[in-house]
Amino acid sequence: MGTGTYLDLLLSGLVVTLKTSLLAWIIALISGCVIGVMRTLPSRTASWIGFGYVEFFRNMPLLVQLFLWFFVLPELLPKSAGLWLKQLPNAPFWTAAIGIGFFMSARVAVQLQAGISSLPRGQKQAATALGLTTMQTYRYVLLPMAFRIILPPLTSEFLNTIKNTAVAITIGLVELTGEARSMQEFSFQVFEAFTAATVLYLIVNFIVATAMRFLERYVAIPGYIAGK
Amino acid sequence: MIGNFDFDVIRRALPYLFFEGMRFTLTLTALAAFGGLVFGTLIALMRLSGYRLLGRVAGIYVDFMRSLPLVLVIFWFYFLVPYIGQWLTGASRPITVGAFASSLITFIMFEAAYFSEIMRAGIQSISRGQPAAANALGLTYSQTMRYVVLPQAFRNMLPVLLTQTIVLFQDTSLVYVLSITDFLGAASKVAQRDGRLVEMYLFAAVVYFVICSAASFLVRRLQARIAIVR
Repeated sequence: MGTGTYLDLLLSGLVVTLKTSLLAWIIALISGCVIGVMRTLPSRTASWIGFGYVEFFRNMPLLVQLFLWFFVLPELLPKSAGLWLKQLPNAPFWTAAIGIGFFMSARVAVQLQAGISSLPRGQKQAATALGLTTMQTYRYVLLPMAFRIILPPLTSEFLNTIKNTAVAITIGLVELTGEARSMQEFSFQVFEAFTAATVLYLIVNFIVATAMRFLERYVAIPGYIAGK
Repeated sequence: MIGNFDFDVIRRALPYLFFEGMRFTLTLTALAAFGGLVFGTLIALMRLSGYRLLGRVAGIYVDFMRSLPLVLVIFWFYFLVPYIGQWLTGASRPITVGAFASSLITFIMFEAAYFSEIMRAGIQSISRGQPAAANALGLTYSQTMRYVVLPQAFRNMLPVLLTQTIVLFQDTSLVYVLSITDFLGAASKVAQRDGRLVEMYLFAAVVYFVICSAASFLVRRLQARIAIVR
């Protein structure tokens, strides 16, 4: 960098943290929803695939998964593809977003599955009786309810995503914790550096949690304990 | 690339990986789970004690720990523990703390926040009649907790506590950021020494996967058994 204060350094780290976690969260939501729905489908194959997917991504530490994406995947691909991956500009960012995204997607899938199976059986049956296809049943009946029910656990999963981006420091992503670490190494001001990073994490946490609480109140289902 | 896969690298590294690395990981997991559970229970009791101030302090601690990334907390304690030690012992300079002690303290303090939430839910899941009956029998507060409430809370929450311990087992891999030789650290050291990243990281992934899958399978069975009892 050369110019700018340590605060600029930390804030640019914060931006990287937020960017990475947003991209990871989008990946986690999309693939988590697909897998979560698959686990509740009547088809045996679909629910087994969903089960295998969740087990695969839940039973390895995030750090190991990031290493697999970052160090192992380019070697296993055909030579040209591997080379392209290695030379990708900003590789730690993309690897971190994808790795953390898939890691979190297993958790999203579990939450969504729990949300769907918490709905009364009558909802699905009524939808079938009305002549809706499986696709329509999920689109118009089950998912809108399930998402509103699982919003609180999803909030904490999103906060976990933000926190998990710090793990990407190990593959060279210089996010908030990484910037605090390098500030500490440049300036030898250990406690100032980590205190600043801590405060920034607390602020982000507070903003996200508050915003989500408003959203939860807005979409709460009337008649449920959380609703009006 | 698969054609070049060198199983011999893994075979030669096995004693180092398991006797050095895995031993560190398992010891750290076991001690941190135990310490985290003890402190977590104390924090949960503080939150439920009915004393406003005590409850607030415990609540702030839990919220604080839970909103920080573990990696940052590991760095914090790594630099902080020597100063805390100095303050506690009254030494003239920050004391030197080994890698193991430093990471153990970190994980105990960090996990205590998570275990305390589990224990709080467990204690709250017990019907009000239980402590009331204990009170009527003339048991003191600490006797009520020790003989009536906590054993039941612990038992009800056992599957959740064990699941959290599996998460802890996975999280111990993060001591990598302090270049400590845990299981993943050992694998990574061999990988970099021999230039065999693919073999060592795949092997580490398989080992973690097998251990965690087996453990979570056992937890699910335990959960099913406990569910029948109730």
